[in-house]
Amino acid sequence: MRSLKLMLGGAAIAVVASAPVLAQDALTVTSYGGSYTKSQEQAFYEPFAKETGVKVLQDEWDGSTAKLKGMVETGQVTWDIVDVEPGHALQGCEEGWLEEIDYSKIGGREGFVDGAAMDCAVATIVFSTIYAYDASKFPNGGPQTMADLFDTEKFPGPRSLRKAPKTTLEFALIADGVPTADVYKVLGTPEGVDRAFAKLDTIKKDVKVWWSAGAQPPQLLADGEVVMATAWNGRIFDAVKNDGKNFKIVWDGQGQDFNLWAEPKGLKNKELADRFIEYTMRPDVMSQQSKYISYGPTKKTAIEKVPADILADLPTAPENTKNSFVVDAEFWADHDEELTERFNKWLAQ
Amino acid sequence: MKYAVTFAEKHGGEEQSTLARQMARTKRRAKLQALALIAPLMLFLVVVLVLPIGTLLARGFDNGDAAALLPRTAEALSAWNGQDAPHEELFAALAGDLKEAAREDVAVLAKQLNYHDAGMRSMFLKLARKVRTAEAPYAPSFIEVNEDWSSPRYWRALQQVMPSVTDFYILSALDLMRDENGDIASVPPSTAVNLEVLARTFTVSASVTVMCLLLGYPLAALIARSRGTAANVLIVLVLLPFWTSLLVRTSAWVVLLQSRGVVNNVLAWLGMIDPEAPLDLIYNRVGVVIAMTHILLPFMILPIYSVMKGIPPVYMRAAASLGARPLSSFFRVYLPMTMPGVSAGCLLVFILALGYYITPALVGGPRDQMISYFIAYYANQVTNWGMAAALSIILLVAVLVLYVIYNRLVGIQRLRIG
Repeated sequence: MRSLKLMLGGAAIAVVASAPVLAQDALTVTSYGGSYTKSQEQAFYEPFAKETGVKVLQDEWDGSTAKLKGMVETGQVTWDIVDVEPGHALQGCEEGWLEEIDYSKIGGREGFVDGAAMDCAVATIVFSTIYAYDASKFPNGGPQTMADLFDTEKFPGPRSLRKAPKTTLEFALIADGVPTADVYKVLGTPEGVDRAFAKLDTIKKDVKVWWSAGAQPPQLLADGEVVMATAWNGRIFDAVKNDGKNFKIVWDGQGQDFNLWAEPKGLKNKELADRFIEYTMRPDVMSQQSKYISYGPTKKTAIEKVPADILADLPTAPENTKNSFVVDAEFWADHDEELTERFNKWLAQ
Repeated sequence: MKYAVTFAEKHGGEEQSTLARQMARTKRRAKLQALALIAPLMLFLVVVLVLPIGTLLARGFDNGDAAALLPRTAEALSAWNGQDAPHEELFAALAGDLKEAAREDVAVLAKQLNYHDAGMRSMFLKLARKVRTAEAPYAPSFIEVNEDWSSPRYWRALQQVMPSVTDFYILSALDLMRDENGDIASVPPSTAVNLEVLARTFTVSASVTVMCLLLGYPLAALIARSRGTAANVLIVLVLLPFWTSLLVRTSAWVVLLQSRGVVNNVLAWLGMIDPEAPLDLIYNRVGVVIAMTHILLPFMILPIYSVMKGIPPVYMRAAASLGARPLSSFFRVYLPMTMPGVSAGCLLVFILALGYYITPALVGGPRDQMISYFIAYYANQVTNWGMAAALSIILLVAVLVLYVIYNRLVGIQRLRIG
């Protein structure tokens, strides 16, 4: 309520002070669509428009860099803000098609959780790759740790893992006893890669389905095809909340990843875009998004504002981050192809 | 023409050549007219098909312009034999080039170097940042970033990216590489996946084609013999799947085939299988072939049906009246006459099947991923256009070879699609 009053107050001031100029202005924000964009609309676009009188126009993209790069190279930049992944942020910064972020305006890098404050993009949400199980299949208590996912004696039943090396190899190492802080140090060595594949070997025959689309894991659990599956936390949360499924998320060893705001180089409304980013980074505003989708805020002060009952389901809840790692965009930019080749070879054996 | 004829009557032989010339001119005009009529289509094909595909395929050989970005390094490397320990001249050349190169270009080069030596991307970027402020001698700064700079390892990778044309991607697509001496060698078995995937793609496509033919041929014959409403209903049933999204059709098979799915439940209810041990019908090759056969079946039925419809029933009757048994009249009269449709259907289904990847990804097992999946991975996920193009080239060449063999065996002029 307080924040609503504040927003209304802010809106009133904005209307009085600057409406004639700003009402003409519009900002184009590009995101991925679906329920995710819906949550951004409710948490950010609409209140921002109300407060400043700036209309937020929307566009959609599928995350393939060719279009964004092309825009910058031809100087036809029609997007002001783009929702990107860490890999884009890294590449865009190095290849010079994203603007750098000025952290002095949004509370400094140290105000963010690890990995969220990148040079050319700032994270708005944390999502996570976890594994979940069907609680009805484990009446005597379900798995608790990452090692349990690989323990088919204690927790028998078919599993589903992601058909990609990213996060799958990390999980294998964590299950094999590598501390989460050292995962990429180990995975960066040939012996570490061998170790991860050796661990995967131990459950290969129990992996009934290797999933490739995010909608698959909750469906496979619901159909009873598998008893546990790695998944993105939002998908499992949806199945529990909206479809009433009895799935439980195991947060131990979760791999956190981000979605971030970025500005393409040569954008038309730099000043407005900066203002929008600053607005969404306010703790009161950022904490709103978790009401609409089960992704956590990236700013420490915003995490504190999330009500306890919502927080419990978020990847950034202190209770859920006791043993977690941040997916290393730099590592995967270096090794994705090499490890994907090896992973596919291993799958086919 | 009239004029030409009268002229010829008056002047005899000499005018015959004039007549021939005029004939030729008229013919030429007609040809030009025909060309003008198909010109828009030709232009359209060139612009939307030949050019983009050509450009994409060319990227399979394009090696960027590293030599222009690092001119001194290119020169120093050409003097180096690839075996000796790198000397200060090399370090100084690369450092000098990196100081002048634009950051964006270095990033693109680093990504390319990473293909030759995984992990080199971030290391090379770190190096570029470091040498900007470094002074001669440069070797220590390089070695501080990574001690392997003192060995030939990274310099060999640099040597690889210098020529503007490369066979690297094509070789990689064939599970080959250049070894330390520049000779062609096999890649380590742990990463040699492409040939296997290619073979798998052809096996799956061939199985789907055979299944489609076995199911489609009798059905096409049935439709061709039916009259009136029955024929129409059957045709609509064949066409119906065309109007449903591919994803929906694939997901429907998941519902039907999974271990507690419709098929297994029915079989268990009939007592044909043990309910505790349902059949594995999905997430393996069986599921892929079933789902793809369903999706591609219309492409087999329609060409065969259109050919069958043109075969008058009198032939079969004639064969019978001459004493042929039903089987022999089918194999010696009917089947040969339907061959143009059969070969068109097989070719169509086979080639369409080669490009499938969503269906195998959703209903297949770990060993059912087809080559287009990897082409999409390289193009969309990691933006490695070189590899995407090289795999496409391999697929295209393999298809062309098959097409030539097919032409020899069946004769493409006999093909009838509709």
